[in-house]
Amino acid sequence: MKFSMLPQVFAQMFKKPFTNKFPAKYQPSSTTKFLADVGTGKAKIIPPIETPEGFRGKIQYDKDKCIGCKLCIKVCPCGAIEYKEKEKKIKIYVSRCCFCAQCNDICPVDCLSMSNEFLLADTDKYSKDLIVE
Amino acid sequence: MSSKQTTKTTYQIPIGPIHPALKEPVAFEFEIDGEEIVDVDVKLGHVHRAVEWTATKRNPIQILYLAERICGICSYCHPTAFTIAVENIADIEVPERAEYLRVIQAELERICSHILWAGVAAHELGFDSVLFLTWQMREKALDLTEYLTGNRITKGIITIGGIRRDITKDHLPKIYETLNYFKDNFEKLRKIFLDDKTVRMRTQGCGILTKEDALKLCAVGPTARASGVKKDVRVDQAYFSYADLDIECITPDILTGEVNGDVYDRIIVRLLEVKQAIDLIEQCIDKMPGGDIVSEPKVAKVLATLKKASGESIGRMEAPRGEVIHYVKLEAGNECPFTWKVRAPTYNNIMPWVPMLLGEQIADIPIVAASTDPCMSCTNRVAIVDSGKRYQLNREELHKMSVEKTRRLMK
Repeated sequence: MKFSMLPQVFAQMFKKPFTNKFPAKYQPSSTTKFLADVGTGKAKIIPPIETPEGFRGKIQYDKDKCIGCKLCIKVCPCGAIEYKEKEKKIKIYVSRCCFCAQCNDICPVDCLSMSNEFLLADTDKYSKDLIVE
Repeated sequence: MSSKQTTKTTYQIPIGPIHPALKEPVAFEFEIDGEEIVDVDVKLGHVHRAVEWTATKRNPIQILYLAERICGICSYCHPTAFTIAVENIADIEVPERAEYLRVIQAELERICSHILWAGVAAHELGFDSVLFLTWQMREKALDLTEYLTGNRITKGIITIGGIRRDITKDHLPKIYETLNYFKDNFEKLRKIFLDDKTVRMRTQGCGILTKEDALKLCAVGPTARASGVKKDVRVDQAYFSYADLDIECITPDILTGEVNGDVYDRIIVRLLEVKQAIDLIEQCIDKMPGGDIVSEPKVAKVLATLKKASGESIGRMEAPRGEVIHYVKLEAGNECPFTWKVRAPTYNNIMPWVPMLLGEQIADIPIVAASTDPCMSCTNRVAIVDSGKRYQLNREELHKMSVEKTRRLMK
């Protein structure tokens, strides 16, 4: 066929777009107002597509289990983990984390794990949401 | 009265260092006669990020993730080539199951990379509907990657002495579903690329690299194979479990019976390699034995072994773009490697641009440069210096010229 793309183009015209319109179908004129509306139940957020099993999102830390062995600090490729001398515990800066989950592998007591959370945008890299301790 | 004399001279177009169709910043200087390219000069070395130096301050486990960030599309083959080198030095035996799993990941990356390239090549021709069709397929490949590794691009799947995630029975239905989707759509993609008049007009007889030039300039990967050079690390020096699998070098004469070494042949080779990759993944799943996936599950122990190891070695691997070589030297008592040197496939495929581009037109630059699959970096500018009058040609205008040439040929 001379122009073999044409049938494909016509077929595509009658298909629904694949994009999931997260968080709203159209961009709200004011994001803060939209979020307030969501809080009061006036507007609804279109949920994001679910993450697959084994997704590596924001890190979770079980402080009580931690024995302070510093192995995670040794393997962290981006130096996102800080050791707190006094408490003998760690502090993780998520803004530096590269989500490789190597610390989860090396941890001898399994106190680190990855969650499904991926909405981590923030204007302040030291904000409370981005520091795990 | 003296008559006004005009002399016909060539003029120069510098392209780059930041430019269309180039993965790394590269500077070109084209000598142009009218529309025709008469001379090309290539200058390299604008994207030095000191990755290799940084590695000398880190331990091998940390370097895996540094290597992953050398290139976004080859985020599997760089750490893997490094791993092969380190395993050679420390004599680490990799379990057989891990070898098969490594092949599956490598071939999945090849599918992603080649389909992405096919879309970009179509875009350079001004055939954007094909770009969206191919990237629709790529999305499926990325979904599968995310399902198997946990991330879409920086996979973080390889580790020294094995692989980090296993493929269990629960994974198989999704893998088969995606592979069947590829098989169904592959025929469609093949028809569009190989039979469509638009693609053939722009790619046949364009950007020719002869077999002699390919051998002389050490071209690697699909670029060399499209010129008829049977060169593939997977076949020549089988690593992982490639030796157990049914695999052969893909050259364009398998399909068309002749080797021209033009852009069209490079499209054929890449499309056939996608088909081969699907086949290899299926073979791996069938033949995969049971057992461990890492030789030493405790990472701290691996690090201790590597600290004692000393020596130097090379890790070779067939990345989607060609052969990638990593040279590593370890010293006993020092956790960080003494040296690490990376030779990426695009480095070899830069010089073949010169014979490819000679005699072509300005409008052919994007597709010829893209045909060796350097990663596309966006917005770039070309400055044309024409007898003192300086004007600039940006990325969009160059792309427009390419689209216009397609339109002209269609008339």
